[in-house]
Amino acid sequence: MLVTSNRLGRGLGYSVVLAGLLAGTAAWAGPTLDAIKQRGSIKVGVGTSPGFFAPDSNGKWQGFFVDFGRALAVTVFGDAEKVSFTSSSPQQRLPALQAGEFDILLSGVTQTATRSFKLGFHFGPIVFYDGQGLLVKKALGVSKAAELDGATIGIQSGTTGELNIADFFRKTKKSFKPVVIEETKEFVNALESGRVDALTQDASDLALRRIQLGKPDDYVLLPERLSKEPLAPAVRSGDDRWLEIVNWTVYATIQAEEYGITQANIDEFLKSEDPGIKRFLGVDKSLGEALELDPKFAYNIVKAVGNYGEIFERNIGKKSKVGFERGYNQPWSQGGLLYSPPFR
Amino acid sequence: MNSPASLQAAVPGPKGPGFVRALTEWWGEKPLTQLAIFAIVGLGFALLGGNLVHNMARVGLTPGFGFLGHAANFEIGEGLIAYSAGDSYLRAITVGLLNTVRVSLAGCILATILGVALGIARLSSNPLLSRLVQAYVEIVRNTPLLLQIFFWNALFHALPGPRQALAPLPGVLLSNRGFFFPFIADDGVTPAILTSSFLLAVLVGAALKWRARRTGRSNFKRSAALILAAAILPVAIAAAFGATPAIDLPRLAGFNIRGGISLSPEFMALLIALVVNTSASIAETVRAGILSVSAGQWEAGRALGLSYGRIMRLIVLPQALRVIIPVMTSSYLSLTKNSSLAVAIGFPDLVNILNTTANTTGQALEAILVMMLAYLALSLAVSIAMNAYNRRWALRERSAA
Repeated sequence: MLVTSNRLGRGLGYSVVLAGLLAGTAAWAGPTLDAIKQRGSIKVGVGTSPGFFAPDSNGKWQGFFVDFGRALAVTVFGDAEKVSFTSSSPQQRLPALQAGEFDILLSGVTQTATRSFKLGFHFGPIVFYDGQGLLVKKALGVSKAAELDGATIGIQSGTTGELNIADFFRKTKKSFKPVVIEETKEFVNALESGRVDALTQDASDLALRRIQLGKPDDYVLLPERLSKEPLAPAVRSGDDRWLEIVNWTVYATIQAEEYGITQANIDEFLKSEDPGIKRFLGVDKSLGEALELDPKFAYNIVKAVGNYGEIFERNIGKKSKVGFERGYNQPWSQGGLLYSPPFR
Repeated sequence: MNSPASLQAAVPGPKGPGFVRALTEWWGEKPLTQLAIFAIVGLGFALLGGNLVHNMARVGLTPGFGFLGHAANFEIGEGLIAYSAGDSYLRAITVGLLNTVRVSLAGCILATILGVALGIARLSSNPLLSRLVQAYVEIVRNTPLLLQIFFWNALFHALPGPRQALAPLPGVLLSNRGFFFPFIADDGVTPAILTSSFLLAVLVGAALKWRARRTGRSNFKRSAALILAAAILPVAIAAAFGATPAIDLPRLAGFNIRGGISLSPEFMALLIALVVNTSASIAETVRAGILSVSAGQWEAGRALGLSYGRIMRLIVLPQALRVIIPVMTSSYLSLTKNSSLAVAIGFPDLVNILNTTANTTGQALEAILVMMLAYLALSLAVSIAMNAYNRRWALRERSAA
């Protein structure tokens, strides 16, 4: 999972859980949405990976997940700036969300059954379809994961990767030696110094780490994916309306792409005769009124951050520094997995 | 003339009505205030506990330790007992605890040896030696331990890979995958032979000591020869039957070095960082302890014609220990607790495993409780051992006086 480096974080994370759990009603002053409105801004937990979430040279957060945070601020307040981002390590982010430190995690959390049922989190729509990959030294001459029998593999703690890799080697009845590291920088260093033969993590994250290495060409990301890693916004249970706002904010960006509505051409669509587009953009106000949202919320979102495709291309797409293919992350109509339920 | 009442008022001690006075006599000063404060604190804890259970229920967590029996689906890099993904969380935590104990125990022993040597060297009349030690102590004490751990970790990770491993001594291989040393071969015979050698030598040694105490005579050379003979005997018998003890040398195999005994770079980095860090404070403790012994003791030793080494060993150190031991206890305690910084470099200690446990089960509170209890138990064990040792020295001092 996408990650950050914050060592003090662990201690902090625990104190936050303890404080949160002990402090009684403070963290549960009411549904999350009430707290957000009272505060006047949304608190979003993110990670630190360029392209996904990283502050730019002016200290302003930029990235794929950050844009969804801005879109949420547009839905709730009609203002893309009424949101604050805080980075959090994989180890501390879930306890911090549980304790009410964040209103939502947009740090690339993998949706799993345990997290939904047992840990009391709810997930919004999947915004990025990923899979766990392996980054290895080319010199090793390895082409698939099964050839790593007996290898030493670096794992980052607090991620589903830690469990997936153990599952994989148990399934294939092969052995490996884990080196579990929490700190992101130490994690990458372990591969560069040759302490480990391979790193395992979400493929998207490894692709980013590879670019940051001293000699990226000496390393190769194996094409194999060991797991499904659907990354979704995570909220704590107990506020259904907040969850729905998250759901439909993400759907709005997906639906806009399906309609072909972009930041640039959206105003032309205001004149569209298509009743679906009229409802979607709030020209026909009936939908927004029924939802008790600003009828133009979808219009405002696209105007502020663009549709899903624009968010993707701007931050992590082919023309960005990160250079990802869309892969599964394109609308169903183009062979991807993105599918928005109808806006009606 | 004083009335009985004014007499009573002049008497120091419990006053007031019979009930409160009885309570005061039984419990101590201001019993009601004490009770009230106790009740308030108790109420506070009850409130916190109630909130805790309530809030955990709200986020869908059931407080309890049932998860300890569930399967832990992660791997652990190294441990003293066998563990594989799918074993219980309890076993995983035990592996972590044993790793913490292993690094702490080795750390305490090595830090003591190094620290005592440095402390004595610090007092050397050779200015080069004492200044060097002073510089060491100042550098080590004035930089953060975490930084030192990163330093050693980076240093050991910079060692060559297994194929180009350094071999400073025959059979010893140093690589960024670990430090490999020769070890007793596990061929079914060698451990048995060597164990019997060791036991026989200990037995003979104990017998000789008992005899020396009874007769009041001892012959060092003869005792040493006897003990050596006892150690060699099982090996000779085994050799006569055609079984020779074998040593397992580390060698390159596939990706990694196999054979011998290996210590991971993370373990070594943590151990050395802890040893170096703690030895600096122990050196200062030892120096202070030695300086606390009056100069007259040295002079008396010299008057008897004893060498520097014997004065130090027989006269000064035993007295200095009275001062040193209590401070040393706290050095050991901090070393044990500092070992939790292992998590930063990926050594699977107790904290590392409990972090993962908390993360995969969501039982953060229970994990913290386990962590607190484990460290409390470790610290108490260190304290108890050190206090017992301290008592031994203190008693000896008194009986000698």
